[in-house]
Amino acid sequence: MMQNEPARILVSLRDVSKVYRNGTEALRDISFEVRQGECVTLLGPSGCGKSTVLRLIAGLDPVSSGVLTHERGETVGPDSRCDMGFVFQEPALMPWANVFDNVFLPLRLIGQRRKETRSKIEAILAQVGLSDFQKAYPNQLSGGQRMRVSIARALVRDPALLLLDEPFAALDEITRFRLNDDLLRLRETFGTTFVFITHSIYESVYLSSRILVMAAAPGRIVEEIAIDASLERDENFRLGETYLAYCRKVTRALEYASGARV
Amino acid sequence: MRHWLSRLPGFFPPLLVFLAALGLWEAIVRVAAIPPYILPAPSLIVATLYNDRAILFPALWITVEITFGAFLAATLGGVLLALCFARWPWAERCFLPFAIILQVTPIVAIAPLLVIYLDADSAVLTCAFLVAFFPILANTSLGLAATDRMLVDLFTFYGASRSQMLWWLRWPSGLPYFLGGLRIGGGLALIGAIVAELAAGAAGKGAGLAFRITEAGYRLNIPRMFAGLTLISLTGITIFFLLSAVSRLLLRHWHESARSSER
Ligand SMILES: Nc1ncnc2c1ncn2[C@@H]1O[C@H](COP(=O)(O)OP(=O)(O)OP(=O)(O)O)[C@@H](O)[C@H]1O
Ligand SMILES: [Mg+2]
Repeated sequence: MMQNEPARILVSLRDVSKVYRNGTEALRDISFEVRQGECVTLLGPSGCGKSTVLRLIAGLDPVSSGVLTHERGETVGPDSRCDMGFVFQEPALMPWANVFDNVFLPLRLIGQRRKETRSKIEAILAQVGLSDFQKAYPNQLSGGQRMRVSIARALVRDPALLLLDEPFAALDEITRFRLNDDLLRLRETFGTTFVFITHSIYESVYLSSRILVMAAAPGRIVEEIAIDASLERDENFRLGETYLAYCRKVTRALEYASGARV
Repeated sequence: MRHWLSRLPGFFPPLLVFLAALGLWEAIVRVAAIPPYILPAPSLIVATLYNDRAILFPALWITVEITFGAFLAATLGGVLLALCFARWPWAERCFLPFAIILQVTPIVAIAPLLVIYLDADSAVLTCAFLVAFFPILANTSLGLAATDRMLVDLFTFYGASRSQMLWWLRWPSGLPYFLGGLRIGGGLALIGAIVAELAAGAAGKGAGLAFRITEAGYRLNIPRMFAGLTLISLTGITIFFLLSAVSRLLLRHWHESARSSER
């Protein structure tokens, strides 16, 4: 399944630091690369700068020092981020628009018409299990349903790189498993690349090709754990010995990272 | 067990109180035999409304016309200026202080000057415009600025242009504020029109309701004063309900202020 020569690099961070305007040192000397088809997971204690990393990659905040490059060059301007999707930590839906129009927004912003995109949006809504809620407004949805709208919106432009900030935190376990498998399928069929934030060790092992464990104050990467890509990600994987071994390893790294803070 | 009053439709309890008060008023006037030039009974006020209709209703029409014209102009002006402020922040820094100065100077004090510089009709219109304008401007400005940070990030991330950001994000999220400004401005336009009419007197064609009330006062025609007052009050109530209805209609799907009925 994997290719011999390494896949092209979509995003690379070299010694990236981020100091917020109020003086908070959110990140110090972060370096990593994201290659096409990977799923890189950021794992770490609350406040260690995971969301900040995504915001930098998304071009929503400038880096304070270091170099962040996208495949096409520096992260500036809307060009370099046109084929990214972002699921924010909160659903961030427009309360005045119904589910359909919320999902339609990224297409609307590049001048597409509602009619032309209807079938596509309906397909994506079906995928996240919201077919019956097209006309519903965000305040009529549960927290998990809102999050799924947000995921659908991130998928609607067929992004090459998908940034996900704890997308499944508000979902029940079964929906979570199903969406996990959906992400894996996206990766297989379209070669979509993911940068993924989660607090769930099990989820990170199940989905990732690589896990970056971060520590806080200042945010930095303390360990990198690669998950064997040749493993089939299915129910058996989740029940097997290898999976548990990985989970133990990640747990230990996370414990170390959380302790390293004090 | 809920009180029986709370099971009635919402408008019912206040209506009941209102009718009871009217009844009491009527009874007191009759029992104590208060002469109409001191306190007219409600029934007499209604009768006066009918008998003096040839004087009162044209006057009402003039006042309504002015109120409506001023309100429309204030809405247009307020929204346009708020949009300019949103687009060019320096414009806000330059002009907002003057809008505030106009606002905090009591309109009653400005009206006599306006009457000197302008002809009576435009003076009244300007006066009503000035009081209605500011709340609409201020609320709309506030609304356009009070946009959810997350949504701004979202729009930025997907490469929204400035005008897309304005029309698809800032305008809809500011709509509840704008409508709140309209409700305040509508009521104030009426007040401004009345104040200006009082200052302008009978000059021009403007024999509006306020003029009719002062005129009736000079003649000690107290029932007509009450009748005029009733019409002004009804006009204010109508404006308020119309604007509230518009607001509920536009916000019914999403904004908390329009969702009182389902709980
Ligand atoms: N806009 C901001 N201004 C100042 N400081 C900020 C800002 N955003 C985040 N921070 C700080 O930067 C640090 C990292 O924040 P970030 O949101 O990236 O953490 P996180 O790892 O995503 O945490 P969580 O798991 O709780 O979401 C925190 O200490 C936070 O207080
Ligand atoms: Mg976060």
